[in-house]
Amino acid sequence: MATRRELLLAATGGWLIGRVRASDGAGTVVEVEPLAALPGKKPLIRRSFRPPNFETPLADLAAPLTDDGAFFVRYHLTVIPRIDPDGWRLQVSGASARRALTLSLAELRSGFEQVEVVAVNQCAGNRRGLFTPRVPGVQWGGGAMGNARWRGVRLREVLQRAGVAADALEVVFGGADAPVLPATPAFVKSLPVERALDESTLVAFEMNGRPLPHWNGAPARLVVPGWVGTYWMKHLTSIRIEPRAFDGFWMKTAYRVPTGAFPGARFTSQETAETTPVTELLVNSLIVSPVSGARLSRGAHAELAGKAWDGGAGIEGVEVSVDGGQSWRDATLQRDLGRFAWREFRFVLDTSRAVRLDVAVRARSRNGAKQPDRLTPNPSGYHDNIVQAVSLEIA
Amino acid sequence: MKVALARLPALATAALVLGGAGGWLGAAEPLVPAQLKEETVRLKDAPGRELTEGRCNICHSLDYIPSNAPAMNRAVWQKEVQKMRDRFGGPLTDEEARQILDYLDGNYSGKP
Repeated sequence: MATRRELLLAATGGWLIGRVRASDGAGTVVEVEPLAALPGKKPLIRRSFRPPNFETPLADLAAPLTDDGAFFVRYHLTVIPRIDPDGWRLQVSGASARRALTLSLAELRSGFEQVEVVAVNQCAGNRRGLFTPRVPGVQWGGGAMGNARWRGVRLREVLQRAGVAADALEVVFGGADAPVLPATPAFVKSLPVERALDESTLVAFEMNGRPLPHWNGAPARLVVPGWVGTYWMKHLTSIRIEPRAFDGFWMKTAYRVPTGAFPGARFTSQETAETTPVTELLVNSLIVSPVSGARLSRGAHAELAGKAWDGGAGIEGVEVSVDGGQSWRDATLQRDLGRFAWREFRFVLDTSRAVRLDVAVRARSRNGAKQPDRLTPNPSGYHDNIVQAVSLEIA
Repeated sequence: MKVALARLPALATAALVLGGAGGWLGAAEPLVPAQLKEETVRLKDAPGRELTEGRCNICHSLDYIPSNAPAMNRAVWQKEVQKMRDRFGGPLTDEEARQILDYLDGNYSGKP
């Protein structure tokens, strides 16, 4: 029986994923940092100390819902206050709000219908460390993501309580974390007003049936299913309904991709001819087990297992190749937890012959999108959804 | 000790930020929890190390530097130093920025 530590060490090895395409045997390797635990969290893969950026080990992505203790942690700024939930207040205001509101956590919980959604939260830069050529930024492997059941209230109802004027263009979100230097831009993000009013956008206070962990945004955070994690403002404290495009650093400069380079929702009020905000998750998949390099016993039952997800259309199918991409067969999809959740897939491996299997997996969305074979270069290393491959040995 | 001293301004500023933010904010955690042993990160010993550690440390841990090295060259480091000064308000004179750039490029371009 392996100890948890042994399992975790094995799990970090799981991120040594070859970017094998077809029969290309060469792979890129992400440096594996030592595991370390933030207070209240399980040991995670440390990508940086301060601000704390911690990645979920591969083994912790095996469950249908990612344990909140193992859920990845991502911050830009280093002043991260612990918040007294009884004293916390959410301010709703703005030039396109008909009236200003101040809500306590109790008022938020009792004043609106509570709803739940299972949704993938994935950092835009997940897998950045696998980019070739390398790009600067937190050098994430594949664990800057997780899937959780989020409980809260619809942002739409909160906004409608304040009153959304006809000229509203964007909704702007601020959190309690702050920079060390006053001149550093506070982490403030905006959404198009129509995305803010979408019924799936929540102000959430629980994940997986428990209050949000401190490092995942307590006492309340935004949940924007189908959109990358940068919009899921943690420690949410302010919401402003505005008639103009928000011009802060984290919208105008950061989290942008070349205009037209990727599919997905457009954020037209923030778009220029050159760049546009990264928005929706692209169709993607992850092989959770076996880990690359694993040796399987000849003749023994063996299954490939993993997850597939997209920006909310839902997963239509997952195909597996065991011959380096020459032929593909359908994997079996497991339980559907909703269109914003990841979908588990399984595939029985033929272990009757002693061979090396070059396994690749590609998912396709109900909107017709498929995982591509090649990375679309972009300076910040976003949207790595290329077909992933692992090599297995049957002996 | 140099590392610890370099963090003092960060702590003081953090306290100011929180002081203005309202009483419901609890204890700040501007520094990484001590048990994580951030101080174990040491940059390569070369001219410019103390200046680089002292300035970069104000806002972020030093592990960003070796972890990003494989993605870096002089031009990319120059953009990064400029961003830290011009966008994030890092206190750097032109001469300090040049010394830090020389140190980063000389020690952390291409390999950690």
